[in-house]
Amino acid sequence: MDKSPSPLFPHRHLLGIDGLKADDINAILDLAEGYVEQNRADDKKRSVLRGRTIINLFFENSTRTRTSFELAGKRLGADVINMSVDGTSIKKGETLIDTAMTLNAMHLDALVVRHHESGAVHLLADKMNCAVINAGDGAHEHPTQALLDALTIRRRKGSLKGLTVAICGDILHSRVARSNIALLNIMGARVRVVAPRTLLPAQIERLGVEVFHDMARGLADVDIIMMLRLQMERMNGNFLPSLREYFHFYGLDQAKLAKAKPDALIMHPGPINRGVEIDSAVADDIDRSLILGQVEMGVAVRMACLDLLMRTDAKRNDA
Amino acid sequence: MPSTLFKNARLLDPWTHLDQAGDLLAVDGSIRAIGADAAADAPADAVVVECEGHCLAPGLIDMRVHLSEPGHEYLEDIETTSRAAVAGGITSLVALPGTEPVLDEVSTVEFVSRRAKKLGLVNIYAYGAATRGLAGKDLTEIGLLAQAGAVGFTDGTRAIADALVMRRALSYARTFDQLIVQHPEEPNLAAGGAVTEGEIATRLGLPGITPVAELIMVERDLHLVEITGARYHVAHVSTGAAIDAIRRAKARGLPVTCDTAPAYFMLNETAIEEYRTFTKLSPPLRPEADRRAVVEGLRDGTIDAIASDHRPHDQDSKRLPFTSAAAGIIGLETLLPLALTLHHKGDVPLSRVLRALTQAPADILRLPIGRLALGAAADLVLIDLDRPYRIRVDQFKSKARNTPFDGMPVQGCVVKTFVAGRNVYSADR
Repeated sequence: MDKSPSPLFPHRHLLGIDGLKADDINAILDLAEGYVEQNRADDKKRSVLRGRTIINLFFENSTRTRTSFELAGKRLGADVINMSVDGTSIKKGETLIDTAMTLNAMHLDALVVRHHESGAVHLLADKMNCAVINAGDGAHEHPTQALLDALTIRRRKGSLKGLTVAICGDILHSRVARSNIALLNIMGARVRVVAPRTLLPAQIERLGVEVFHDMARGLADVDIIMMLRLQMERMNGNFLPSLREYFHFYGLDQAKLAKAKPDALIMHPGPINRGVEIDSAVADDIDRSLILGQVEMGVAVRMACLDLLMRTDAKRNDA
Repeated sequence: MPSTLFKNARLLDPWTHLDQAGDLLAVDGSIRAIGADAAADAPADAVVVECEGHCLAPGLIDMRVHLSEPGHEYLEDIETTSRAAVAGGITSLVALPGTEPVLDEVSTVEFVSRRAKKLGLVNIYAYGAATRGLAGKDLTEIGLLAQAGAVGFTDGTRAIADALVMRRALSYARTFDQLIVQHPEEPNLAAGGAVTEGEIATRLGLPGITPVAELIMVERDLHLVEITGARYHVAHVSTGAAIDAIRRAKARGLPVTCDTAPAYFMLNETAIEEYRTFTKLSPPLRPEADRRAVVEGLRDGTIDAIASDHRPHDQDSKRLPFTSAAAGIIGLETLLPLALTLHHKGDVPLSRVLRALTQAPADILRLPIGRLALGAAADLVLIDLDRPYRIRVDQFKSKARNTPFDGMPVQGCVVKTFVAGRNVYSADR
């Protein structure tokens, strides 16, 4: 049976940032704040989702995101099962739809999905009776990453409104960039993208960003620098001539960082390629780098998402 | 064979510029008399078809159909393709060579026409492959294949990419006065792409193809046509820039023709939102400006023909993430109503729409069909031009169901179809 969505978050699934309103995003971030504190306590476990079953279905390798979702579910008392579909039935010819129908028959309460193709999670969500959370689909969206980035920024800067954020690197292939561009626009931040032209998708400016090809100019007076991970296989596709050249022009080092505001903060969805998109010293600068904070916020935000999508109001009241 | 007298028809024929009320008499599979005196010539035992003022036109010629037989009979066989064709008012179709095995040898081309003749439902012609195995390297026996009945040469959904191979294909085909049909997309530039590059592709995170991939291939080929003099046809043209290039080439007198498919004047790229795989096509759907350019190309005659590009797929090939899903849609049973929307909207005159479905493909393929002329085969379609209804895929004769047009309201339907004077289809009343 379909569960009626919470009035705080009137959506059955979390498939992307696109389609959410500022109120939806604030509802998640506000709830996540409480979970940040819970996660720092000795007793990290609550029972708000006791009796609920969550499956993490990952068609693409991921240690960090899967672990983060697993912790999030377990800390709320749910049963969490991880399925990595690399060598399982998909290779034997089972289709994505068959997998969805099979899991659906097991009466899940939430399905967390990562897939290497854009739109794959939407396709699955159509067939599922439970809540579906997109943990990254192709180059499309990775909504919980944008939400955890938003929480990280909000806790340091108070608000996202009016901030200038530069997203730097492989925008073309990045779902993180698309979700962040959508979220930052909804929340009233100004967004820039900085990349060589081969790593920018067509008409990206139509998504509400200012486009820069020169890193120094793109970083001028920004509040937040979001670096993206460069996939090494991009070297084979003629997107870039060499890592050396990429780092020279687009790697974040002290000199380029100096163009940003003095209190500008550095973010990265991880895992970082030291010396490729970011200089080691910059990445490890505890005053500027929020990279580990992002990981911490990730668990709290995912707890909030699972909670809002799975808990009924009756349960929320007596929790 | 008994005679058939079509009474009280609106006789419509682009070839003879005919548009008048009258009768038509078919005897022994051929047209014997047209007009007011046709009834007087009819023998006493002639079967009378009361046309009730509906349009009687030459049967449609669909110059671009993917046969699934031989090789993929589970999708559709020649019989179901034929039944779908006649239900769509199509009396002649041309099969693309991308079957399994490929139509690159005399025996496979002959197999298709033998199967079609045995069924006797619809005339099936075939293109021969331009290169062996559609591999884009070695030319097929174009001369022998033409003698065996191939009406043109193409690598189907694959562009003949190598410029030298294309030059030789054009030169060699010209030796036998044969037509080369190109899939207009520069494959290296389009590699990995699923949709047209632009805002929608970027929002959906789908790999884009620049529309220039079509223009580059067309312009390159036009230069090769210029030095070879061969007859060249661009399949399913979809961009304004390529249509402009063809328009200029025609003005220069080059022997170039082109067609488009209904999807390219009915839909634009916004149809792919929500990752609807039934809108995944090759070439992909384009921005609105290109859709309008296709309409304009049909209106001014730059685009000669409309072909269905009928391409059956099963559910498993479409119920996949967008980039993995198969490209192409079925179109035999939607060709006429979708083409008629051009007329009903006032975008293209009826005579020109009809020409794009009858005379134009016949001329391009140099076939003596698609006309209401004395002595011509009585391949006819009776059309109720104005009847409104919704396209219903569950009533299709085609075995496949992959169309984005299910449920679309349209106007104009096939009442009856005749091949060589024989009634091969009647709509349920």
